[in-house]
Amino acid sequence: MQYAIDMKDVSVQYGTDVVLKDASIQIPYGTFTGVIGMNGAGKSTLFKVIMGLVKPVRGCVVVCDDSPGIAQKHGHVAYVPQNEVVDWDFPVSVYEVVMMGRVGLQNIFKTPTKEDREHVENALTKVKMLDFVDRQIGELSGGQKKRVFVARALAQGAEILLLDEPFAGLDALSERSLTQLLVELKGEGKTVILATHELTSLPDICDRVALVKRTVIAYGLTEEVFTRALVEQTFDGIIHNVNFDK
Amino acid sequence: MDIIQFIIEPLQYSFMLKAVIVSAVVGAACAVLSCFLILKGWSLLGDAISHAVLPGVVIAYMIGIPFSIGAFVFALLAVVLIGLIKTNTKIKEDAIMGIVFTTLFALGLILISQVRSSVDLTHVLFGELLGISDYAALWTIGVLSLVAVIILVFRRSFLIFCFDVVHAQSVGMPIRFIHYAFLVLLAITITGSLQTVGIILVIAMLITPGSTAFLLTKRFTVMLQIAVAVSVFSSVVGAYLSYYLNISTGGAIVFLQGCIFLLVFGYQAVMASRVKLKEQLVN
Repeated sequence: MQYAIDMKDVSVQYGTDVVLKDASIQIPYGTFTGVIGMNGAGKSTLFKVIMGLVKPVRGCVVVCDDSPGIAQKHGHVAYVPQNEVVDWDFPVSVYEVVMMGRVGLQNIFKTPTKEDREHVENALTKVKMLDFVDRQIGELSGGQKKRVFVARALAQGAEILLLDEPFAGLDALSERSLTQLLVELKGEGKTVILATHELTSLPDICDRVALVKRTVIAYGLTEEVFTRALVEQTFDGIIHNVNFDK
Repeated sequence: MDIIQFIIEPLQYSFMLKAVIVSAVVGAACAVLSCFLILKGWSLLGDAISHAVLPGVVIAYMIGIPFSIGAFVFALLAVVLIGLIKTNTKIKEDAIMGIVFTTLFALGLILISQVRSSVDLTHVLFGELLGISDYAALWTIGVLSLVAVIILVFRRSFLIFCFDVVHAQSVGMPIRFIHYAFLVLLAITITGSLQTVGIILVIAMLITPGSTAFLLTKRFTVMLQIAVAVSVFSSVVGAYLSYYLNISTGGAIVFLQGCIFLLVFGYQAVMASRVKLKEQLVN
């Protein structure tokens, strides 16, 4: 019951390509983890394993005390996509996107019930987007777009929130308010995991850090793991502009 | 001649009555599908399937079974082939579709050249709505109505499938099933529409109405309604035009749809430039 995610010696292979090898990580409930690593280091694969979209060739994965498949059925894991993979011209409103969080719990026709509507409204209130319900999603600012997808995760009732590069393209103010929201959610017991390139602000946001390079090089409290030596090992080079002494 | 008579008179002929009803149903079903198809970015796939059915039609003709069965078999064959090559090579999907559909279409052309009486088969290439048999008309109406109803009943699932597959998967929706269900419905629609507009133009029915509607609204439900309205209007008016002017029915329907799209596009371009001009004047 202690760990939201418990992975042991997980290996993932696409064809003959080994993208993750013997990766182990134990992420406790109610924590805020930053996953860092180079492009192609295996961050998204790690996410896919947690979501149950990729089956490891070896190793054992437990998500919310169940197999990823069961966790998926319960809607325990929610994914907030990167900005560029969403079609922002798609004719759906903020309300409709958040309602999509409920589909796993709805009947075969996906008809919204009163309960669904309540969850959606609560989620929208939580992320302070209730005034924008009828907006088409392309008509929002970068920060608002992210909040909508966080609201979808909340409407889903997810315990674990996975965010892929949530700060990409956000201005400083939006970044701060999104961070605030995520920290608040963590305080309410949600497990927040984000993949990011933003090394500078990382120590201020995340209480834990996972370093990924084809495996999980290190995972633990930020002050113990986010060190110059380990981060430079992760990125194969010297890191400038990051203060490691905090 | 007054307008009422203009509309009523052709309907005295049973072939025209059939043509109007069939074209309206085909128009509606294709319009519903088109909204999902263009949002998913699968327009080319529709094109590929529609061309790939040709050999199926010719073979059906040769061995004397209904066209639609042969067409449907080859539609599925095309889908499976595209999927198979895609998962086993690094070639991009659009190139694979291009290879598969041209090869099958070419096979169809070869087979046609081997069939002596190719009169019936030109109907398949270009459609022959006014000459549709009672049996074919009933079949088309039944099958396409069923497809439209299925898609509308499960529209929310299909919409999520088009919008965010990863999310759908992460909450345990049966993505593979939805994917193939959508393709099969697409294949059925194309097969059922052959008689109306023919192999070459059916893709227009599956792209244009949705695109026109997409220009006009930011609400999916409204988009569906506009697409169906535009498509049914074009289909019915096209059938009349072809009756009065003695022109190709499929040609008339698709040309009308294209004209409506261009009108909407032109209107919006003009409005947009006026707004811009105003802003410049204000500044």
